[in-house]
Amino acid sequence: MMDLAPLWLSAKLALVTTLILVVLGAPLSWWLSQNRSRWQAVVQAVVAMPIVLPPTVLGFYLLIVLGPQGAIGSWWVQLSGESLTFSFAGLVIASCVYSLPFAVQPMQNAFESLSRSHLEAAWTLGASKLDAFFSVAVPLSVRGFISAAVLCFAHTLGEFGVVLMVGGNIPGETRVVSIAIFDQVETLNYAAAHRLSLVLIVFAFITLFAMFLINRRWQSR
Amino acid sequence: MSNIQLKHSIQKGDFRLEIDTEIPAIGITGVFGESGSGKTTLLRCIAGLDAPDKPVPAVHERRIGYVFQEPQLFPHLDVRKNIEFGMRRNPDAKDTVAEVAKRLEVDKLLDRSTRDLSGGEAQRVSIARVLCQSPRLILMDEPLSALDERRRNEVLPFLDRLHAETAVPIIYVSHNIDEICRLSDHLLVLDNGRIVAEGSLRDTLTRIDVPALAGRNAGAVIDVMQVRHDSEYDLTLFEFSGGELWVPGRHDSSTQRLRVSANDVSLSRSRAESSTILNILPAVITETAAESASTVLLRLSLGEDVLVARITRRSLQALELKVGDTVYAQIKSVTVRR
Repeated sequence: MMDLAPLWLSAKLALVTTLILVVLGAPLSWWLSQNRSRWQAVVQAVVAMPIVLPPTVLGFYLLIVLGPQGAIGSWWVQLSGESLTFSFAGLVIASCVYSLPFAVQPMQNAFESLSRSHLEAAWTLGASKLDAFFSVAVPLSVRGFISAAVLCFAHTLGEFGVVLMVGGNIPGETRVVSIAIFDQVETLNYAAAHRLSLVLIVFAFITLFAMFLINRRWQSR
Repeated sequence: MSNIQLKHSIQKGDFRLEIDTEIPAIGITGVFGESGSGKTTLLRCIAGLDAPDKPVPAVHERRIGYVFQEPQLFPHLDVRKNIEFGMRRNPDAKDTVAEVAKRLEVDKLLDRSTRDLSGGEAQRVSIARVLCQSPRLILMDEPLSALDERRRNEVLPFLDRLHAETAVPIIYVSHNIDEICRLSDHLLVLDNGRIVAEGSLRDTLTRIDVPALAGRNAGAVIDVMQVRHDSEYDLTLFEFSGGELWVPGRHDSSTQRLRVSANDVSLSRSRAESSTILNILPAVITETAAESASTVLLRLSLGEDVLVARITRRSLQALELKVGDTVYAQIKSVTVRR
């Protein structure tokens, strides 16, 4: 029988991370798309860094910051009495950092391709900047939001290095599917590794295929 | 009638817009100028879209309707929702979507997607959208320039009607002198970010000392009253302060605006007894201005109205024409503008 717990944990982690990143990433993407200052380039570079850095580097520093002596970790301990490292909450924070560029870039691209005149039309029709963002910019950027959500979800599902560094391997808490597969291989339990891996392969294909299909349909309209 | 203050200055790279004037708070004020003269920048300043610093009040609080060159309909909303967009955001909006849509004859299109509209229909929807927000002032930035001749004629009659029916003042920007002549009551002429001529359409259009109004733009408009139609020759007789004019064809409305291009007016010292030209009117030369090495523009007064004539410098000297002389203006053709 397949151990489903790591799969559920991965799905839960990916879902929570995606929700947080789409909601928090949207205003950040908007700012990046509308701003052309020097600060914009700095923030843009910082946001993109997780793409090029080895997950171990990210994981290492997250481990320090989130640890009981770290800036965020100590504060969390005071607040909740628990450690952030080697917990699900810590994993969520680490995943948000790790997957941030995958949420921000599609949304930013969508916002940048918006015609400014549509926004100007909305403003002159009496919509405040915030109103125009929700009533015009967001609906016209649905594609970017879908891409961001799918990429975020799939990318979080596939993360390994950061999770290993920050979360370890606690069943039901931090033992996500990629860690479980690594475990099975380590213990030469290839059949179980195959089963989990195949589920991930099929899932990855279906989500990406669906996303490209949706994108194509949108383009042809 | 109170006036609208226009006081705007803005620097954009090498270009500087410096405007300080008043326009009537009624009717259509045309803003004419070549591209790059600052017409669009002026509108954007009035709307608050271009401002040196943070615009006060904010754009959305000004209640100034803006009709863009392209209709800028929201593609994620259908026609009805587009028209409702501004109305929903103005608690004082008076008109209903149905009324306004009917006035612009887009009432049959309300449930359509904006993708299924022709260029002319889309621009009419965008005008309906602006009217529905009950603006205090409407800005129109070359609303016909993106349309071809046929589509343009799908929109122009509605602009005429808007002019006749709405009490909201309109500022209409165009580099097309025909549209300006047809629609405006008041005129601002812009050149390089500054006003070079302003006033009533009749007096400003005929400023022969303004280079922007020379060349193919030189001419005059005359608002005339219909007297009668001669069915034998299919000619209509109109009268105005300077006399009477015969115009080919039958014209429905009792008042018309005629445009007389400077090229279509020639002058003679005495009334030609046998001429193929129907309209020969006495006029007084009030101003002359050299236009090029070979041509001269003359401003003529007929009653309260004004005409502009283009003649060669050689003719000017041969006939010894000067300011104050009475001459006969031979009007070869006129264009009915309304």
